[in-house]
Amino acid sequence: MAPLLNVAGLQAWYGESHILHGVDLHVNAGETICILGRNGMGKTTTLRSIMGILSKRTGKIEFDGADLMNVTLHRTARAGIGFVPEERGIFATLSVQENLMLPPKVADGGMSVDEIYNLFPNLKERRNSPGTKLSGGEQQMLAMARILRTGAKCLLLDEPTEGLAPVIIQAIGDVLRELKKRGMTVVLVEQNFRFASKVADRFYVMDHGKMIAEFPVADLPNQMTMLNETLGV
Amino acid sequence: MTTIFGYPLVVWMGQLLLGLINGSFYAMLSLGLAVIFGLLRVINFAHGALYMLGAFVALLMATHLGINYWFALVLAPLVVAAGGAVVERTMLSRLYKLDPLYGLLFTFGLALLIEGTFRYFFGASGQPYAVPGALAGGMNLGFMFLPIYRGWVIVASLVVCLAVWLLIEKTKLGSYLRASTEDPVLVQSFGVNVPLLLTLTYALGAGLAGLAGVLAAPIYQVSPLMGTNIIIIVFAVVVVGGMGSILGAIVTGYLLGIAEGLTKVIYPEASNIVIFVIMAIVLILRPAGLFGKDA
Ligand SMILES: Nc1ncnc2c1ncn2[C@@H]1O[C@H](COP(=O)(O)OP(=O)(O)O)[C@@H](O)[C@H]1O
Ligand SMILES: [Mg+2]
Repeated sequence: MAPLLNVAGLQAWYGESHILHGVDLHVNAGETICILGRNGMGKTTTLRSIMGILSKRTGKIEFDGADLMNVTLHRTARAGIGFVPEERGIFATLSVQENLMLPPKVADGGMSVDEIYNLFPNLKERRNSPGTKLSGGEQQMLAMARILRTGAKCLLLDEPTEGLAPVIIQAIGDVLRELKKRGMTVVLVEQNFRFASKVADRFYVMDHGKMIAEFPVADLPNQMTMLNETLGV
Repeated sequence: MTTIFGYPLVVWMGQLLLGLINGSFYAMLSLGLAVIFGLLRVINFAHGALYMLGAFVALLMATHLGINYWFALVLAPLVVAAGGAVVERTMLSRLYKLDPLYGLLFTFGLALLIEGTFRYFFGASGQPYAVPGALAGGMNLGFMFLPIYRGWVIVASLVVCLAVWLLIEKTKLGSYLRASTEDPVLVQSFGVNVPLLLTLTYALGAGLAGLAGVLAAPIYQVSPLMGTNIIIIVFAVVVVGGMGSILGAIVTGYLLGIAEGLTKVIYPEASNIVIFVIMAIVLILRPAGLFGKDA
């Protein structure tokens, strides 16, 4: 079966600076992959290029059989990809509820607001307060929750556990496993591979704008020496 | 006779009313400027010209097509809004990636072009626009004589400002607008057509200016320069209220109109500059404006 998301030879630039030097990755439907890599290696840039936020890019991006290279930014989401940015992007002038309802539905089969509030009870309690009055963990939950409503088939999730307390990291892990049960496809960017090993099926290791390794989760123990070296942990 | 600070109540009330009427125009115009600035980050120097355009479209509709005030009140702002949409789509939108100064210079040039064209065809002198029959005459309020048309302008502008505020604060479209003001790229990555939203926003601001122009036509003379005269004050209003603050623009518009009116009672010579004096004081004490967020 063809992968849901297929990226080949992706290069991307911020102005004059060449950041991605030919990224290859694929994600099968229902799979969770995780991109590991040190700071500044191009993980965020990869996600932003797939979304089309970075428009200076070459190579191939196919999603669900459609070519995404010549698609304007607001059409990428319509194809069924949802983006949860590293900085979370919660809007201060919108209430929690408005933040949740903001992204337009792109397909049927998204979670209902009730289901979302069951999954994230904190958000329900605070639905009328301004989005940025939430704690960091709650903001991360909200950033994920608002994409789950839209019916997107594939979630691009950029360092969801960054700067969060262990109990919240655990809650995010629970959410990701629940999403996998529902058949969601996830591209996860993480530096915390202990967390990632509990949710991801397959790993990519990114270094200076390229994927330098790819292995399934079962192979993780054999890769520890390499990971310790490249990630510098 | 009742007096306050030695001036008869009638005088106070008369100037308060005059101030409220001017304030109605300040509020509608600065509201449009604030909406445009908030989302497009463009200081729309063409705003005065669009206001003038609204008045002229109404006048030309009346003289050439026999379209009455009530239809003009709807049609003229739509014409100005449509013109604004075309300008945004074909020209202004190309400048967003550049320094904000380009947007300012472009709209400034556009204002000169529109005003120059109207001066060429209609001369600099004003032309009267008749008060619609249903709003002619006045009412004796006991303490003063209120021309009905002026009362209508105050009510109409309050309703319009409230409607725009509700649109922005309470609707789905408004939440797109507010979110795009914070982070347009992220909103677009959610699948919202942000470029279209920018066009609609400029059209909304232009339409508001056009509507203010139609409302102004029966009060002031319709002249190619009417926009130049008012826009300087409106910019001061926006500075006092705080750039981009919707509520700030509305409230400050009315308040400064009133301040200007009341100054006429006490010290008429200062009434032309009182708004600028307030602007200077606000800039010293609170540079972000009364309603602006401190940077
Ligand atoms: N907006 C930007 N403009 C220019 N360079 C950028 C920008 N964002 C990131 N970079 C550069 O691109 C490289 C990759 O960054 P990024 O994709 O954010 O890395 P990661 O997410 O792996 O930490 C870094 O060298 C960074 O300095
Ligand atoms: Mg990053």
